[in-house]
Amino acid sequence: MENSRRSFLKLAGISAIGLGTKPVLDAFASSEAHGEKHGPEIFPNQEALTAKRWAMVIDTRKFESEADLDPIIEACNKIHNVPKFKEKRHEIDWIWVDEFKHVFTDLEHEFVDDRLKHLPFLVLCNHCENPACVRACPTKATFQREDGIVLMDFHRCIGCRFCMAACPYGSRSFNFRDPRPFIKEENKAFPTRMKGVVEKCNFCAERLAVGKMPACVEASNGAIVVGDLHDPDSEVRELLKNNYTIRRKTHLGAGPAIYYIV
Amino acid sequence: MLELAFKGGKKYWGLIIGLLVLMGIAFGFWLWQLSFGLGITGMSRDVSWGFYIAQFTFLVGVAAGGVMVVLPYYLHDYKAFGRITILGEFLAIAAVIMCLMFIIADLGQPMRAINVIFYPTPGSILFWDMIVLNGYLLLNIIVGWNVLEAERNNIKYPGWVKALAIFSIVWAPLIHTVTAYLYCGLPGRGFWLTAILAPRFLASAFAAGPALLILLSLIIRRVTKFDPGREQIQSLAKIVTYAIIINVFFFLCEVFVVFYSRIPSHMDHIKYLFVGLHGHSALVPWMWTSILFMVTSIILLVIPATRKNEAVLAFACVILFIGTWIDKGMGMISGGFVPNPLHHVVEYVPTIPELIITLGIWATGFFILTILFKIAVTVKEEVSGV
Amino acid sequence: MNDKNIIITGLIIFFVFLTFPFWYNLGKASPVPEPKLTDKAKAAKECVEPKEYMKVEHMQILDIWRDGVVREANRVYISKKGKRFNMSLSTGDDSCMGCHSNKAEFCDKCHDYTSVTPYCWDCHIEPPKEKK
Ligand code: SF4
Ligand code: SF4
Repeated sequence: MENSRRSFLKLAGISAIGLGTKPVLDAFASSEAHGEKHGPEIFPNQEALTAKRWAMVIDTRKFESEADLDPIIEACNKIHNVPKFKEKRHEIDWIWVDEFKHVFTDLEHEFVDDRLKHLPFLVLCNHCENPACVRACPTKATFQREDGIVLMDFHRCIGCRFCMAACPYGSRSFNFRDPRPFIKEENKAFPTRMKGVVEKCNFCAERLAVGKMPACVEASNGAIVVGDLHDPDSEVRELLKNNYTIRRKTHLGAGPAIYYIV
Repeated sequence: MLELAFKGGKKYWGLIIGLLVLMGIAFGFWLWQLSFGLGITGMSRDVSWGFYIAQFTFLVGVAAGGVMVVLPYYLHDYKAFGRITILGEFLAIAAVIMCLMFIIADLGQPMRAINVIFYPTPGSILFWDMIVLNGYLLLNIIVGWNVLEAERNNIKYPGWVKALAIFSIVWAPLIHTVTAYLYCGLPGRGFWLTAILAPRFLASAFAAGPALLILLSLIIRRVTKFDPGREQIQSLAKIVTYAIIINVFFFLCEVFVVFYSRIPSHMDHIKYLFVGLHGHSALVPWMWTSILFMVTSIILLVIPATRKNEAVLAFACVILFIGTWIDKGMGMISGGFVPNPLHHVVEYVPTIPELIITLGIWATGFFILTILFKIAVTVKEEVSGV
Repeated sequence: MNDKNIIITGLIIFFVFLTFPFWYNLGKASPVPEPKLTDKAKAAKECVEPKEYMKVEHMQILDIWRDGVVREANRVYISKKGKRFNMSLSTGDDSCMGCHSNKAEFCDKCHDYTSVTPYCWDCHIEPPKEKK
């Protein structure tokens, strides 16, 4: 007992200075091997949905007006305890709508066709291949997983908002005050945030981990599809092969993973 | 030497107490900000950095500018500045402390600031900014203190102090370069995305820092028995003149590139600042004031007759300081965020609590500066036996 | 008063100031609290690791779980005895709080006593109070 306590302390110490937990646990397990049968180990869920590189395709042809998009946004907000503030300044958005000329600032022109001109577009974090937000973050509170999803570790964020300045898509929001009183109906299964940290779309990482599709996908009646960009047989690849798609501000080289069929 | 700060006349104590009162009030507002969150400021999702970070940027410049008295003395053996290097170093100390305070004031979770050290991330410029700022602070404290101590004891400062002083000269441009890199490496913020940003920051720093030093020297001459010296002030004035001209030149380079290339994502920000965008023009009068002040100061500084007149020189330094402060402390940060990445124009106006906290941090800086200068000047008075 | 007296007075004030928390708590010593277990927790006999171990190391385990779940999408913990657990603080019946649903009696008691204030509950939603 004494021995393992010491090693666990050591392990905690090492993990505290920022190494991943996996190698440490492995080392721990092997050092214990002669004494007990198992060292503690941690694994992903078996039923988790995985991909080499996650991507999302939004088929905007299936949308006509904001009424089609509201349930999608609502689903995300509800599941993730996204607050609704009266004050515009304090606004927090994970997924929201805007016009073509604002979403595709470099593609818009005066004579863009009527449908695009008036169609609301869904906007969310692009889970960039080369995320500027991750580069900027001084604490690795914003990080990119191997599968491409860009996530926030709210426990670690110091609220410097460097990531917000860095993101070229305006995908990030800051908790200018305690969000709790502004959440209509709390989803007990997902934490809220606290004041002073940044947040954004998390590609429903918490749902993928337990084998569920992202909330927006489920609420979209098939208009939004996510899948593995590196798997040639995946549904997203199928869609990309057969449709013309656009992405936001590609000239910046960030490599957004959200594709729009227009 | 610290005891020297406790002996002073009525005016000195009046100033100290006045500053303490300001600091106290601001501290109260800061506690409120801690409990409520940054929502008490005017910042938003769109303009996510505001007055605090702008002051920080400006003051990094003032800190770096202090080097302009240290450099000629140590590197060019310009003896005249030997009298006043200490003022430059102490100014740098006060300015860097203000910078650090503004960063802390701007953090959403200041209690966790230490995470920057727990999870060091060399890819983040903020990580490096922390290192260069703290390093510069330390260097200036060590060098300044030892040089002054030596002067008081009538001995020459030890060799290692000179080595550190030269090191700090190299370090000074670094702090402002790294600070500029915070901004100019960000994709999608056209206003900052320019290689001239760091040079421009440095030019305005080498104008504003020494200009403030000139003003402080004039004040010291008036209220104490120590005279920083006419020659010294005139030499500083020439440095200021070159620097402010270069600053305006760099700005014009930027204007040319932006408006000749006509790339909207670069143009819109400058348009917003100087003529307004989509009917939003909160900063327009400020920016033109800034230009007017900087240009006027150039004229006054370039003409020898006006530069040599100390009253005019003081006036030129005041408007130069204000001009560069507006340019960096107001325009530089808001300008980068408006319009936002989705080309919406969301303006930013600081709130009263935000201004009070800002004022409080400035007061803290001046409090530290007053004490340090008091010590330095007393030592100078002692040594010269007046 | 000469300088010496001033210095000594200063030192005394400094010393009192330094040891203030000690004085302040003097005479208020209360017995070390025992956290209360829910019936569910009692029935389970053992937490993810033995009790003594959890008493001392639960913060480390939570820390590792947190990093594992948030940063590496690892959600399954296999204890030293080879048992599987769902790594979660507050989501679902098989989370920490699913078992220890009496936060006030289980967590807060000791945390208050030792004056530590973990910020878990600023974000994680507490289990409803009425459950005993
Ligand atoms: S869209 Fe912005 S927040 Fe999302 S990954 Fe890209 S840079 Fe980061
Ligand atoms: S606000 Fe948080 S997530 Fe963003 S850069 Fe700072 S520490 Fe990282």
